[in-house]
Amino acid sequence: MDIIALTALLAASIAAGTAILFAAAGELLTERSGILNLGVEGMMLVGAVLGFIVTVNTGNHWLGVIGALVGGGIMAALHAVVTISLRANQVVSGLALTIFGTGLSGFLGKNYEGAPMLYQFKDLNIPVLQDIPVLGPIFFQHDIMVFLAMILAAGMWYVLYRTSWGITIRSVGENPQAADAAGINVARVRYFCTISGGMLAGLGGAYISLVYAPTWQQNMTAGRGWIAVALVIFALWNPTRAILGAYLFGGVEALTFRLQTMGIHISSFFLVMFPYIVTILVLVLVTIRRRQDAGAPEALGLSYDREER
Amino acid sequence: MPKFRLIRREENSTLVGLMTPILSIIMAFVLGWLVLDLAGFNPALVYRKMFSGSLGTYYAVSETIVKAIPLMLAGLAVSLAFKMKLWNIGAEGQIYMGAFAASGVAVAVGDGSPFLLIPLTMLAGFIAGAAWGFIPGMLRAYGQVNETIITLMLNYVAIYWVDYLVFGPWKDPKSMGFPLAPILPSGAQLPVLGDSRVHLGLIFALIIAVIIYILIQHTRWGYEVRVLGESQAAARYAGINVAKNIMLVMLISGGIAGIAGMIEVSGITHRLQQDLSPGYGYTAIIVAWLARLNPFAIILVAFLFGALIVGGYAIQIVGVSFAITQVFQGIVLFFLLAGELFIKYRIILIKEEAG
Repeated sequence: MDIIALTALLAASIAAGTAILFAAAGELLTERSGILNLGVEGMMLVGAVLGFIVTVNTGNHWLGVIGALVGGGIMAALHAVVTISLRANQVVSGLALTIFGTGLSGFLGKNYEGAPMLYQFKDLNIPVLQDIPVLGPIFFQHDIMVFLAMILAAGMWYVLYRTSWGITIRSVGENPQAADAAGINVARVRYFCTISGGMLAGLGGAYISLVYAPTWQQNMTAGRGWIAVALVIFALWNPTRAILGAYLFGGVEALTFRLQTMGIHISSFFLVMFPYIVTILVLVLVTIRRRQDAGAPEALGLSYDREER
Repeated sequence: MPKFRLIRREENSTLVGLMTPILSIIMAFVLGWLVLDLAGFNPALVYRKMFSGSLGTYYAVSETIVKAIPLMLAGLAVSLAFKMKLWNIGAEGQIYMGAFAASGVAVAVGDGSPFLLIPLTMLAGFIAGAAWGFIPGMLRAYGQVNETIITLMLNYVAIYWVDYLVFGPWKDPKSMGFPLAPILPSGAQLPVLGDSRVHLGLIFALIIAVIIYILIQHTRWGYEVRVLGESQAAARYAGINVAKNIMLVMLISGGIAGIAGMIEVSGITHRLQQDLSPGYGYTAIIVAWLARLNPFAIILVAFLFGALIVGGYAIQIVGVSFAITQVFQGIVLFFLLAGELFIKYRIILIKEEAG
């Protein structure tokens, strides 16, 4: 593979990783506050379908983005009510959200199945930087959403580790009893993080239907929501590692696609299987190398009951 | 604004426990009505079609049972894992692996006595499904690897594996180019009831429900599983081998889902094919939860969800997407979860205090 092909492959990895990055960043924020939301796949699908429908009907892809944010946020709010206020099992509620979102997106998108997305985000070529050989085409010739995802994940790291907000969020995820005693409204923080996380998942979905594979198809996220959940573990709940991980998974996807077009004779079914197998291997390696609790918020997945302090 | 306080009940309320599943289903239909109405459909017409299509005629009821059989088996499969709070959401993949192995063995052995072929294919289906459940079980037991994500990822692997076979090496030359594996020898096909498609798998599901009930409620092993579901720390303290039980439960859970795959092949499609399951493995999660993991309730609830699937096909005639059935399933599960609160807690209205 020559340098031009390699450059193109790496650039494609970043594009492919962007949807996963949005979703993973959202899930990371949610989990940092102690709430596990396995509904990422469902929230992404709802974001994808709403982003698509709004854009097609208004002709404005920014309105589509807003639609996706709202859709993902409302979905996550459902999870928040059930798990935070009603203290229900977070795993099962997340599964319910995925099933519900898969159904809802299929139902809403029925008349849009296979329609092309005509309103595209233009590539935002960063002046000067884009002219750097090799690095320019890899990093600086993308649409605005790609940059947004990078900035968002980096900003999330800053907020979590360098601001008092971040301390508040992390303390709620680590030890809600202590946070409560310190006067923090645990439920409010968890609602905020869960809903914001859902909005980002919706945005990740919209990136797929508006930019990456500009059309609507039932179940078009194809498990990326689950890969995002795995990525949070891979990143040890650190947003900057999530950026790296997202592009790595994006790379697997881009490579799969490349190999197919290069006519390499591996059955295409094995190629499409590849990202899922890589996810399994990565998850196993990461968890076995470090104990799983290293990095995981202490109170992740547990509902908080003031009365039982 | 009035304030509420939640007080934990001394004992879980059985009345609320019985009412929540029923109310959840009613609420799904109420909200479903709204969704359909907002989307511009005639909800009354859609519901009528759904009902008549799934329960209205002899044929409809028999088709509902046909769809309920794999749901029963897959529901029983996941309920066993859920008892131990192991989130096996890989029944879908385990179904596909079971179907793959059953079909492979049946075609390889060729025709013979059903008394030999049916147990043989069932064993093959069980082993393949069990292997697919054992992988995440072993990883969880020895590496603390999250079984939810692994089982889910393995679903995709299994589905693409079956796709590969039916489009590639197993494609039947007589299938006119369609992605279908060869037809099973008639000795490996399950006998059916009269002129319907209801097959012997129904009896298998009922037997497995009884076996699971006895295992869980009346054996020492079942007791261990129940203790483990309550608290791993307590189980360890009581000298229960946690790792061994995690693997065993995932193995059996996967194996039963594998049998669900086997009966779909030997009872319905009679060959391995693409899209063998319209998401039975996922619907089974809701079936098990709605039945509160009770094996006999699973049989009953599976019938209801079989009706939902068959009704879902029927309403496509009036232009409603089959996906609406998943919307229903999601709503039911949400309300069930919300209901858990009222089973465990009493809600007390308190007067607002000054200051």
